[in-house]
Amino acid sequence: MTLIETPRERTAARPASSTAFLALSKAGFLGFVRDKATLFFTFLFPMMFLVIFGLLFGNEGASGTSIGIVGDGPVISALERSEAVEPTRLDSAEAAREQVRDGDLPAYVEQNGDTITLRFAASDRTQAGLVNGLVAGVVNQANIAATGQAPRFTLDAAQVEDESLKPIQYLTPGIMSWAISISAVFGAALTFVNWRKKQVLRRLRLAPVRPMTVLGSRLLVALGVAVLQFIVFVGVAMLPVFGLRLSGQWWLAIPLLLLGTLSFFAIGMLVGAFCKTEEAASGVANLITLPMAFLSGALLPLDAIPQWLQNVSLVFPMRHLNEGMLDVMVRDQGIGALLLPAVVLLGFTAVVGLIAARVFRWEA
Amino acid sequence: MAQPANVRGMPPTSPLSVSGIHLSYGDVRAVDGVSFDVAEGEFFGILGPNGAGKTTTLEIAEGLREPDSGSVRLLGEPPWPRNLALLPRIGVQLQASAFFDKLTAREQLETFGALYGVTAARVDEVLELVGLTDKAATPEAKLSGGQRQRLSIACALVHDPDIVFLDEPTAALDPQARRNLWDVLREVQARGKTIVYTTHYLDEAEILCDRVAIMDDGRILAMDAPARLVRDLDAATRVILERGALPAEQARALPGADQVAEDELSLTISTRSPAPLLSALAERGTLDGLQVRTATLEDVFLELTGREYRA
Ligand SMILES: Nc1ncnc2c1ncn2[C@@H]1O[C@H](COP(=O)(O)OP(=O)(O)O)[C@@H](O)[C@H]1O
Ligand SMILES: [Mg+2]
Repeated sequence: MTLIETPRERTAARPASSTAFLALSKAGFLGFVRDKATLFFTFLFPMMFLVIFGLLFGNEGASGTSIGIVGDGPVISALERSEAVEPTRLDSAEAAREQVRDGDLPAYVEQNGDTITLRFAASDRTQAGLVNGLVAGVVNQANIAATGQAPRFTLDAAQVEDESLKPIQYLTPGIMSWAISISAVFGAALTFVNWRKKQVLRRLRLAPVRPMTVLGSRLLVALGVAVLQFIVFVGVAMLPVFGLRLSGQWWLAIPLLLLGTLSFFAIGMLVGAFCKTEEAASGVANLITLPMAFLSGALLPLDAIPQWLQNVSLVFPMRHLNEGMLDVMVRDQGIGALLLPAVVLLGFTAVVGLIAARVFRWEA
Repeated sequence: MAQPANVRGMPPTSPLSVSGIHLSYGDVRAVDGVSFDVAEGEFFGILGPNGAGKTTTLEIAEGLREPDSGSVRLLGEPPWPRNLALLPRIGVQLQASAFFDKLTAREQLETFGALYGVTAARVDEVLELVGLTDKAATPEAKLSGGQRQRLSIACALVHDPDIVFLDEPTAALDPQARRNLWDVLREVQARGKTIVYTTHYLDEAEILCDRVAIMDDGRILAMDAPARLVRDLDAATRVILERGALPAEQARALPGADQVAEDELSLTISTRSPAPLLSALAERGTLDGLQVRTATLEDVFLELTGREYRA
């Protein structure tokens, strides 16, 4: 017997399926919030990754090169305005020299009237080169400005991404995609295996309730959990220590995330149809979610993996979910960025969900 | 116009009518030609050792499985394929206790009840019926075995079905919990429900059931009221006295005594007419410590299969 067998069933008056749907959904939510292990793997476990990665890479790339500044003048002001450097004001050249010698700062700049002094630690050549170039550029601009002429050539240089694309900006959507896949795949797979084993499915078959009502209630639970995860992860990532900054249309991530949950749920149904024990189901679910997360750029930047694997990962719903979430949450893109991921996720859900419904078994 | 004869003179249709069902799992003939009818309000027991085919028979009757051959009419309708119109009228307790994770006793009942559109008042009533009112807020996982079985029966009764199927409700319970459950089952019958239940405890079936079918190897070996099955066995009644209460030779001479056997503790007189024998013993004043043992369903099973009953 499969889920799509309904035409053979004779229908008749029966209790409103909305009552059954609500009661089953409520039972599902209660089961979720009362199960400590599930709560741990839904929230705390992925959160640990967010916190560790967030703190580890927290300030990298975000701040410019730090540099000590002493005195006043056009060059110092220009350095202070620059996005590329993070100036630290110091009282005297002596104090600054001390800090550079100790390795606390890579360099310092002192302006004393028209004299600009740059002193740097040669121990870190990359930093030294960077600082030299930066300061020389600023000094040149100040020189041109002092002549009162408009500069002949202007260089317009800017980062392609949002200027604030700190690691937390791509860590949050990625880890969230992964966390949602864990809860939806495991949730669906374990529920169906457990219900089959404990004969709950069989008991439901003997009640006047349609398979779609039962399935729908589990889906509602999965979607609700995904939204909770979104709120918790984004909330934590926006704390000042992590400093996530959402772009304008971040809320577009929510429909996308619901579609992603549907496709993960379909995977979970498939796993739940094939596995006989909970152990087997969670093994298989792990075997699917973890590689999917790594290959889809959810846990690692995509360019860290070979091109052919990047191509392979296009079959995973997480790849598209992750890309779409990055676009709308941090890359400041609009609804247009949803189109492709949404189509792919819907298609994936339809195909896998149909297969899962075909191979679905009520009995062990 | 005359009514068709079969409608006019027909007795009320029986709630469950099973005829000639077979079901094999590969080479195993789990059910091998089983037929029976259950009357309205009847407490019908299917008895037999493990593997006899009780559960499979019940599953076919409930409409969970399609028999290889044979037919079932449940409340006048075929239960297979899944018949949504029939389901609100039947209640089923499965052999494994089918509960939702992490819910309290009351929440389990509310959830199952909602599948049938049952009100909260009814939930309280059923909790009361199975004696779990004070356990309403206890998580199902924390209930004792007997309480869990009673909850499981409550879930089968929550929508007030006409016929209830119970698969080994008393298995693995301690004697006290079993007796509590018997009270619940009697109460359910008193409310006019038809009960079809399986057990491997023959003594229990003898006490509870109006009628039993004894199953072994997928077949029904005998079917009748327990008392009639035992009586038809025409087995001797055994009257047991303390050793030394009466010499064996005197015992043999008593009216109705067919056979006399003696061991270290007791003297056993077998008889087919216990009344004259007992009055003769009473006249002699040798009734101290006297026990009378009649045949039981276990003796019936022994007679039918030629082997001792082992659940
Ligand atoms: N799903 C199944 N697959 C294969 N064999 C089964 C299955 N269910 C029951 N059997 C076999 O069918 C026979 C009858 O089983 P069952 O109806 O469960 O007996 P009972 O309930 O009396 O213990 C047993 O030999 C059992 O091993
Ligand atoms: Mg059984």
